Amino acid sequence: MKRYFARKILTYVLAFWFGATIDWVIPRLIPGDPVQAYLQRFSVQGAGSPGTWQALYKVYSKAFGLNVPLWDQYWHFWDGLLHGNMGVSLYEFPAPVTRIVWDAAPYTLALLVPAIVLSYVLGNRVGAMAARRKALDDTVLPVAYLFQASPYPWLALALAFYLGEVAHWFPISGGYAEGLVPGANWTFIWSAVQHWVLPFFTVFLVSFGGWAIGMRSLVIYELETDYARYLRSLGASQRLVRRYAYRNAVLPQLSGLALALGTVIGGNIVTEIVFGYPGLGHLIYQAINAQDYFLLQGIFLFIIIGVCLANFVIDIVYVLVDPRTRLSMQGAPA
Amino acid sequence: MSVGTTPPTTAGTEPGRVATAAVAVPVGSRRWEFMYFALRNKKLVLGLGIEVVFVLAAIFGPLVAPYSAAKFVAQPNLHPSLKHLLGTTYFGEDVFSQVLFALRDSYLVGFLGAACAALIGLVIGFTAGWRGGVVDEVLQMFTNIVVMMPALVLLIVIGAYLKQHSAFFEGCFIGVTTWPWVARAVRAQTFTLRSRDFVDLSRMSGKRGPSIVIKDIAPNMASYLFLVFVLLFGSSMLIAVSYDFLGLGPTNSISLGDMMFNSQQWSALVLHVWWWFIPPGAVMTLMVAALLIANVGLDEVFNPKLREM
Repeated sequence: MKRYFARKILTYVLAFWFGATIDWVIPRLIPGDPVQAYLQRFSVQGAGSPGTWQALYKVYSKAFGLNVPLWDQYWHFWDGLLHGNMGVSLYEFPAPVTRIVWDAAPYTLALLVPAIVLSYVLGNRVGAMAARRKALDDTVLPVAYLFQASPYPWLALALAFYLGEVAHWFPISGGYAEGLVPGANWTFIWSAVQHWVLPFFTVFLVSFGGWAIGMRSLVIYELETDYARYLRSLGASQRLVRRYAYRNAVLPQLSGLALALGTVIGGNIVTEIVFGYPGLGHLIYQAINAQDYFLLQGIFLFIIIGVCLANFVIDIVYVLVDPRTRLSMQGAPA
Repeated sequence: MSVGTTPPTTAGTEPGRVATAAVAVPVGSRRWEFMYFALRNKKLVLGLGIEVVFVLAAIFGPLVAPYSAAKFVAQPNLHPSLKHLLGTTYFGEDVFSQVLFALRDSYLVGFLGAACAALIGLVIGFTAGWRGGVVDEVLQMFTNIVVMMPALVLLIVIGAYLKQHSAFFEGCFIGVTTWPWVARAVRAQTFTLRSRDFVDLSRMSGKRGPSIVIKDIAPNMASYLFLVFVLLFGSSMLIAVSYDFLGLGPTNSISLGDMMFNSQQWSALVLHVWWWFIPPGAVMTLMVAALLIANVGLDEVFNPKLREM
């Protein structure tokens, strides 16, 4: 048990280090001088004598910590990171990046967590039901294929257009009605829920299709295995056989969940942008447009931490649902 | 979740099965048998049929497109009509022609993404599965780390710094971030194959590792690898749409994601110019859905256990 989790935790730590380092390296690999570019953007260049320009250049190099050797910069980066300091955002100057990310995170989590969990649970159920049942297979599966194959931005636009613009069932922009202040009152919560529905369904439906299709194939395969045949030949009910098949088929799906996280998060970002939903995805979009690299770095790191945590949870669940992992950890032969 | 995250079900079958069957049945009749089940499989025929239509449209589309893709050809925001089958954009461009021109890029990115991911995944998966031991541990650790890098976010961060993008670049980018599940699947399959008798025989006859992997192990996974490639193809195309939609796609050509990006930029949603964003996405959905359906059909053809009773 210890060995298993020690190895897992080492993976998470390395993943975080790897991600953070990529995050640090990328802006430095890009040709060009960031401070110069930054000053040029505010057209400081022509503002005064060459002396002013030099002085400003020095001040900003120091402010961004770019006046020291690379190795020191890397060290400062980690030092700040571990103290929860990601620098100051250019887009919402002078708010610290950590606070901006922290404010946007609840919206993203409110979309992602229910979408991932519900699509996984329901998709697996429906997929398992459809396996070897002609009527369900012919009706549910084609729909699942279409959902799985839809690009996130398109499904988002289609839902926004038909259910929002044409039918006026749901608002299509923002995280709550304009003029409201986020807080724990019913007006705000009701408004937030209404704005949540369409982006949630976009992320949910695409994932749902994928899980249903995957589960259908897995259950069909399990139903043809020797243990399932043996059970049937013993006269076990169809329901019992299916239950065992389902339990076995869930395992690869669970590994699939860990693999799918990155894609779902990506889809969520695009969806938020379509709906102007004030989460991290929307923030990324703002950061790209404002060329706010500090903010981009901060969001990326936050997402890496989230993915590491989610993987940890999936690992624990895997141990709980698969007796073999548990046994092999206690030293019994697998 | 997107396509490609659930590996084809043949993952669970014994990879050696196809080879053993080949020994029992003469090659000619086996091929005939394959064709028989392939043509009888409705999913495969339907999926391939749709895909062929789109591939032909991608190849010949730009030659027969009624208008140029990026030129002002009519009044802005015209409804679909006989003259402009899918209407016109805010800039008076013909949407139908744009779709025809955009197909090639989607296929190019899909192919490049799938090829890069398959190549990296195969090399890492084979090496880990064949060598085992410390090499396996290290490669697995590396794979698990890359899995945790959120691909699209990484692409966005990298893309935000780059000023120029091409479809070629985009495809390779996508491949470099999506290979881990291929590596995992290939490693697992190599593990089950490496202790088979026919592999032992090759080993005893003094063949070197890489040659055994290529000549003995890979052919036994051929059908599985083909399915993996199809899934990668679809998922690469889908990832590219998201990427393009953020305005980070190829700067020198038009893609389906670009069209949606532009429509969003010029408020097509609020102006009810649905013909600007619905058709490109619908085309992409059909292209990928056809691939998925053909993929499940192929799976059934390769794997008799999955066929309809």
